[in-house]
Amino acid sequence: MSTTEARQFHHEADRLTRDLRHRGLIQKALGGYYVKRDEQKAKFTDWQSARAAAAAAKFEAINHLDKYLIEFAEKLAARGTKVFWASDGTEASDYIAGVARAAGVRRIIKSKTMTGEEIHLAQALEKSGYEVVESDLGEFIVQLREEPPYHIVFPSMHLTRDEISDVFEKKLGSKPADTPEELTMIARGVMRKKYCEADMGISGANFAVAETGHISITENEGNARLSTTLPRVLVTIVGIEKVVPKLDDLALLLPMLATSGAGQNMTCYNTLLGGPREPGETDGPVEYHVVLLDNRRTTLLADAEQRDALHCIRCGACLNVCPIFKNVGGHSYGTTYQGPIGSVITPHLRGLQSWKHLSFASSLCGACTETCPVRIDLHHHLLQNRRNAIAEKPVWWEKPVFAGFAWFMRRPALYNLAAPLLRFGDPFLRLIRGTVLDPARMWTGTRDLPKAPQKSFKEFWRTRNAR
Amino acid sequence: MPADSREKILRRIREALTVPAPARHLPGKGDTAAHAPREWLPPVPQTRSDLAGLFEKNSRDLKTDLRRCADRAAASATLSVIAREEGWKSVATHDFSLGSAAVPALGLPVLRTDVAYETAALEACDAGISGCECLVAQTGGILVTSASAGGRALSVLPPHHVVIATESQLVGDLVDAFSLLRARYPEIPSFLSFITGPSRTGDIERILVLGAHGPKKLTVLLVAE
Repeated sequence: MSTTEARQFHHEADRLTRDLRHRGLIQKALGGYYVKRDEQKAKFTDWQSARAAAAAAKFEAINHLDKYLIEFAEKLAARGTKVFWASDGTEASDYIAGVARAAGVRRIIKSKTMTGEEIHLAQALEKSGYEVVESDLGEFIVQLREEPPYHIVFPSMHLTRDEISDVFEKKLGSKPADTPEELTMIARGVMRKKYCEADMGISGANFAVAETGHISITENEGNARLSTTLPRVLVTIVGIEKVVPKLDDLALLLPMLATSGAGQNMTCYNTLLGGPREPGETDGPVEYHVVLLDNRRTTLLADAEQRDALHCIRCGACLNVCPIFKNVGGHSYGTTYQGPIGSVITPHLRGLQSWKHLSFASSLCGACTETCPVRIDLHHHLLQNRRNAIAEKPVWWEKPVFAGFAWFMRRPALYNLAAPLLRFGDPFLRLIRGTVLDPARMWTGTRDLPKAPQKSFKEFWRTRNAR
Repeated sequence: MPADSREKILRRIREALTVPAPARHLPGKGDTAAHAPREWLPPVPQTRSDLAGLFEKNSRDLKTDLRRCADRAAASATLSVIAREEGWKSVATHDFSLGSAAVPALGLPVLRTDVAYETAALEACDAGISGCECLVAQTGGILVTSASAGGRALSVLPPHHVVIATESQLVGDLVDAFSLLRARYPEIPSFLSFITGPSRTGDIERILVLGAHGPKKLTVLLVAE
């Protein structure tokens, strides 16, 4: 019995796997990434040791999460930032809407935050009557198309320039454009005005430094810098797993995030914010709020076996190498976090039985584990999710089927009959293969059926020895 | 305002952590303190001229326009040439030693961002001219802080950002940059940013476009003195 989420996933996956245009787009987009990523990796003195050191930094943070969160929150509060701890998305959205109301905000400009996507923050604020504009170019494009982001790092990687030009023409009234440069300049022009008009900025965070009480934001476009500088009120939403113990940890994590995420040695802007405008400063927000979000991260934390999934720095490297992601595409997942990391954590964040199908949709090739800059044991976690799902809710026919199989395999006289039977039934099997008459059509529908051999191995062996 | 869930979240965290994570989550070797990140990062040279060479190479890759200047007078002359070529009508800046002669020499209206200013006035400027804390050779980055670069907006709002720095401001890597901040300030400034090249995006077909939202051009005048 499959859930709505599973049916949706299988339907979309089936459609996109056959869509060769889509596959070509994704392959082209990722081709350049592989080259750049490898170039940057090669510059490291020792990439594998760097991964171990990065994993160790995140291990320390996650396994002493209470201590580092308290340190982070106290440091921030000491410099005038209001820190709010939210158990779930509703608490976070309500708080942020409350801040906006109290400050008389009308227009909100948002930079990229996957945590915000996770709790549908923009939709919640729009419902409360605020104008919310996504400032990251990719996010802006998918917002105009009323779609969720396709990829956690490259939100619009599934679109061509023509599709983007079309949506700009329709929603912004701009003239058709045929180069990425022209299109980028159209968005720049629109956004410039928005930055200056907005009363409130909302950002995410890539890291939260406990030692100094700074949040760290990684970006290329400058939209996060503008969104966190110009509006008079600023809110940053941070998943509690984003904390790192020391400022020096960033010396390793920032270059590794850039290398794994986009094949850059550093992204263009890595900005650290320690608080609102201070006496003597002439710009920056006068009011700063940091929302620390749990939203079932503590459920994942309680699963010691998979706790390292909280080490994730959201670089997207596992998506980029995943054969499943590359074929089914980001939207098929139906989740905020796509690819291997999404398949691992979504069951913890949103319910195992509804999202277990993602852990079964894997070749278990381990490419994700191998590429992860913080060494999350991703493909084993997929297996653990499968095991946990079955243990919690066994599939009724599996036990009798395997018992029957064992019974059959212990009786040579019976299975010796299988070879002649197969030869006899082969033409009939070919006739019904993949049709509604075929009970195994889910499997055979997309696979070749090998020709039944003229002799079984036993028969072959007998004649060979007789000679 | 709704009540905060601090205690609830901390209680859930502490309960979760009563079961220790399996040892294999911690690959190999001990804690971070024992393993300074720079052991594994790309190597950096020791001498100032080699640091300058590496910074120059990285700048080229990043499409930062790096101009090596023999002295302050040469930097001032270079700045004037750029201003003329691009037809600047007004610039924004702040009070810093390397800019104190070069900026007035442009003979253009100047907006100061280290005293109270209007965002719209800064947005209208053709260039932002600033100092910096240091230049990071390993990444080709420029570290600006609210204390050293005329606030938070000067280095990102105008379409062209010009940094004037001396070779003595070059450091090896991010670890050095953080040590420098610790030595210079009793408390790390409220805002800091590593600027690594002009603003860029690859969001349309993964094709690089410069000047997404921040400056389309980034120029570093690197003074040899």
